[in-house]
Amino acid sequence: MIELSDVAYNYGGAELFSGLSLALAPGSFQFLTGPSGAGKTTLLKLCYGDLRATSGVVSLFGQNAAQMNRDDIALARRRIGVVHQDCQFLDHLPVAENIALPLQVAGRANEAEGNLDELLAWVGLSAQAGQLPPELSGGERQRAALARAVITSPDVIIADEPTGNVDWEMSQRLLTLLVELNRMGKTVLIASHDLNLIRAAKAQVSANVLRLKGGRLQAGVAL
Amino acid sequence: MDRISELTARALALLGGDPQADRAVPPTGFTARLTLFTAAAMAFLAVFAIALSLATGRLADRWSAELARTATLRISAPADQADAQVRAALTVLEQTPGVASARALSDDEERALLEPWFGPDLPLDALPIPQLIEIVETADGYDATGLRARLQAEVPGAVLDDHTRWRQPLVTAANRLRMLGWVALALIGGATAAMITLAAQSALAANAQVIRVLRLVGARDTYIARAFVRRFTLRAAAGAALGTLLGVMAVAILPDGGDAGGFLTGLGFTGLGWLAPLMIPPLAGVTAFFATRAAALRTLRTQS
Repeated sequence: MIELSDVAYNYGGAELFSGLSLALAPGSFQFLTGPSGAGKTTLLKLCYGDLRATSGVVSLFGQNAAQMNRDDIALARRRIGVVHQDCQFLDHLPVAENIALPLQVAGRANEAEGNLDELLAWVGLSAQAGQLPPELSGGERQRAALARAVITSPDVIIADEPTGNVDWEMSQRLLTLLVELNRMGKTVLIASHDLNLIRAAKAQVSANVLRLKGGRLQAGVAL
Repeated sequence: MDRISELTARALALLGGDPQADRAVPPTGFTARLTLFTAAAMAFLAVFAIALSLATGRLADRWSAELARTATLRISAPADQADAQVRAALTVLEQTPGVASARALSDDEERALLEPWFGPDLPLDALPIPQLIEIVETADGYDATGLRARLQAEVPGAVLDDHTRWRQPLVTAANRLRMLGWVALALIGGATAAMITLAAQSALAANAQVIRVLRLVGARDTYIARAFVRRFTLRAAAGAALGTLLGVMAVAILPDGGDAGGFLTGLGFTGLGWLAPLMIPPLAGVTAFFATRAAALRTLRTQS
């Protein structure tokens, strides 16, 4: 699916990490942990083509990201659902339209019909469907972002601290949604330093934990 | 042909548009009105530039056509040599390349020419009136300098009166004026493109977050560009239509000076010329389309 081999990334002249390799196998469930500033968000951005590696090869669905043009990246992103740490929306459109946006831009708007309501109910935003994004609380925005990330039923779901602003109960619910999607064969990669969440996930699914620290990535970290 | 119809179909599809893609960009009342106003003002000016070009074109054509291809040879000679000189002149003219025909005017014709000045009862025989020879040129024309030199040698009393001498500067001036009109039109087109580009740039800059969100959810550049392009194309075309209408109305109510008015009041449209301003709104639309598209794609390429 997504593969990083011997990847380095420099940020403003300083090396953030190097010699980093990672393969997201189809159907795998991975957590990415590590101290703040270690480059978790950067690593995720490499995985969906938002940043380009300084050296090494990033391959998205078998294509070398360095050789993909803007349209190729756009098409690859339709197969990757992303929840950003700072979720941004189209602030002049209601929440429901924002969540359906990935279908809209892919010319699959007709698929929104049944799924949208169900998804809104799942993330607990049915009542807010008609509101504008700036009217939502931080937690509601994150749930909306997760709904937007999964509405196209993408092959890969990448989430950056998806439960950062929600309470324990809601984070459990979002986790369940991600686990369900994983059981349907989706690949899931979540950056989080919420160890309780990771433990809860490991109870439901065989999750691999990666730790990014000091510019190195360790796999199979035991908690 | 196929390519053209395909392009037309795509252009129509674009203008018909994807209302959903359009909604992705928030409406902007102020820049919309400015674009509309600019396009209208430019179209208004374009109407006058076209009117100027067409009017001076008509003038140049008329002057050229009325005076072209004829010249007059005047022979002033003592009565006893007149006939011989006329015959010699006609022989010379017949041998000159570029002269289609040469004909000595009869007494009756000369009397008719002089009638407005001297009245109908002019005793032509009693006056030393020069004999006139009408020369009709071929399309290529003749070499006036060469003809003059030859006539001077063989027909001493002949004076070649070539209309080109005073006609040419007028025709040249009219042609220059027409060219000026087209240059003005080109400048108006360029200025419109520049202003639309600036408006589009500002709209793109104001919507940086919208563009970023659309990119992250997998929208292609053309999808994002379309929302902006459609908007500016329609605005420019609508503004230009309004400006054209006002411009044509202004030209239509220009006072008609009739024959006496001459050049200035000749500014206007005649016949099919009235259809020329109809080209302005589509041209403004096409200009806006390409200006916005170029601006949008350029802006998008600089972003991730």
